[in-house]
Amino acid sequence: MPEPQPPEPYLSGGGRAPEDGAIAATGAGGAMDLATSEGTTLEKTPGGPEGTGPAGKPRSLWSDAWRDLRRNPIFIISGLIIVFLVFISLWPSLIASGNPLSCDLAKAQEGSQAGHPFGFDGQGCDVYTRTVYGARTSVTVGVCATIGVSLLGSVLGGLAGFFGGSWDAILSRITDVFFAIPVVLGGLVLLSVVTSSTVWPVIGFMVLLGWPQLSRIARGSVITAKQNDYVQAARALGASNSRMMLRHILPNAVAPVIVVATIALGTYIALEATLSYLGVGLKPPTVSWGIDISAASPYIRNAPHMLLWPAGALAVTVLAFIMLGDAVRDALDPKLR
Amino acid sequence: MLLEVRDLQVEFRTREGVAKAVNGVNYTVDEGETLAVLGESGSGKSVTAQAIMGILDMPPGKIAGGEIVFQGKDLLKLKEEERRKVRGAKMAMIFQDALSSLNPVLSVGAQIGELFTVHQGMSRKDARTKAVELMDRVRIPAAQERVGQYPHQFSGGMRQRIMIAMALALEPDLIIADEPTTALDVTVQAQVMDLLAELQRELGMGLILITHDLGVVADVADRIAVMYAGRIVETAPVHEIYKRPAHPYTKGLLESIPRLDQKGQELYAIKGLPPNLMHIPPGCAFNPRCPMAQDVCRTDVPPLYEVSPTRRSACHFWKETLDAGQ
Repeated sequence: MPEPQPPEPYLSGGGRAPEDGAIAATGAGGAMDLATSEGTTLEKTPGGPEGTGPAGKPRSLWSDAWRDLRRNPIFIISGLIIVFLVFISLWPSLIASGNPLSCDLAKAQEGSQAGHPFGFDGQGCDVYTRTVYGARTSVTVGVCATIGVSLLGSVLGGLAGFFGGSWDAILSRITDVFFAIPVVLGGLVLLSVVTSSTVWPVIGFMVLLGWPQLSRIARGSVITAKQNDYVQAARALGASNSRMMLRHILPNAVAPVIVVATIALGTYIALEATLSYLGVGLKPPTVSWGIDISAASPYIRNAPHMLLWPAGALAVTVLAFIMLGDAVRDALDPKLR
Repeated sequence: MLLEVRDLQVEFRTREGVAKAVNGVNYTVDEGETLAVLGESGSGKSVTAQAIMGILDMPPGKIAGGEIVFQGKDLLKLKEEERRKVRGAKMAMIFQDALSSLNPVLSVGAQIGELFTVHQGMSRKDARTKAVELMDRVRIPAAQERVGQYPHQFSGGMRQRIMIAMALALEPDLIIADEPTTALDVTVQAQVMDLLAELQRELGMGLILITHDLGVVADVADRIAVMYAGRIVETAPVHEIYKRPAHPYTKGLLESIPRLDQKGQELYAIKGLPPNLMHIPPGCAFNPRCPMAQDVCRTDVPPLYEVSPTRRSACHFWKETLDAGQ
């Protein structure tokens, strides 16, 4: 029985593609990074354009990081991809003239043809148009859920780490409770009662179940940063609590939060697909990559293009956010400059 | 009198019990004077300093009693906000490990300048100019160019100079240097110590120099306070103590310095270990290790006897120790 075998390895291979891509991309990026940083040190030594003389403005950590980022090819590439994604999320009709909801069953599963470069899906809808329109939902869900989770998680976790004591104990137990809720089961229970077809209940659900993860990371890195001698030294020089937190602890604790948040962003986009597949996420009149991927997966052998385009778009999006997070983290660590 | 520490007691509450890190420390520092606080690890010298600075981690630390009178005011009675204004401006601290005491993500200029922005509300640009001046003052070459660099781009000695620059920034009246040269190699140690001593003379500050290096002490200190198990066991002007110690512990410390004329002989070491701070022996804390210990040492805590108007010793047998000479 050789017939039923192929789909499985094919699928898992398809699933792994973004990972492989990520490794290859960061590897190449690392090499490029090295080249540029060498270039800049050479250019800096004779008092280059970025001279640090008294005439130059006093620089902060953030302006240094920004200066660093502008030269990082990884940041530029991922930034451009993200800007493009945001652009098509806001104005999809500018690059796709069709209507994602006008479909012609007669053309179901047909491949690429004039005017329809990505072909048609199982319902005869234009895959190109649906992929472009799907960006809006996926980007909205991913970005909003990540922002919500990061803000809530890092504020609560950071305060717990900084002040410790009973506040920390209570918060840690609450995060434990949330960790005990299985995400998919929680989604089935909570989202099945929601009737709204917008993306907000899904985002709200992700923030509700996602913040403990970030909170735990933020708490841990604040505790680590707090124990550093320089925080005590800052206190010995008369720095207030808020100054110690914002200037000495936060910049030293933010890196792990950024990394986890950008990886989480990818998972939230994927989670949206999972929930939509289970029928509790977004509902069909909404166009999303998740819905399209799950709709296309049974036909992977007959019409792979139906899956590959939305899945490819998803992979590129997730990869771009992870690369962006990586570049930002590197820029915030002066030792890598 | 710039600073007077009276009967200071600090405890740490841990799961195993209460560790009495500081048990009634008394010492004074005058304007322009250098007091060296000498002792082994765990003798309470750093904890005393942290209590004076007000940077003790509380909890687990707790100030169980005593007074810290600085310029006529008891610091322990001040509100935290008033205390904060004293730190950095009136008294400052130099830490042992300059690399870990400087924030890795801020340029050194920003960190030195922070003092001016925090205490004097100076603009960041002016603070940066001040930072360059201070870096010049602690003789960091090419201060103009280096002010925007990060701590890891400096050598150990240069980093310690930056710490000194930060401590001196607002010309405080008291500096506490907690083993400022321990993390440096010997040649750099001397340079940094000389610089610190010179700036102290120039600005007329009081200096508390915490160290376990007797060589450093001899060169720069005016007076020495020797600590053991959270108490001062002897205080004396520096030259007298080197000639004739009045406490067996001080004597043991001095004898354990390697000397050129003892080449080939076995180096003296004080027997035993410092006491567990949760179970300090009754009587004199040093009695289990003391070669002169008598019965009275195991029962009665020795008070600080007046050896001379400038000297004190917490030993029942200070006379005998003094007479034995060195």
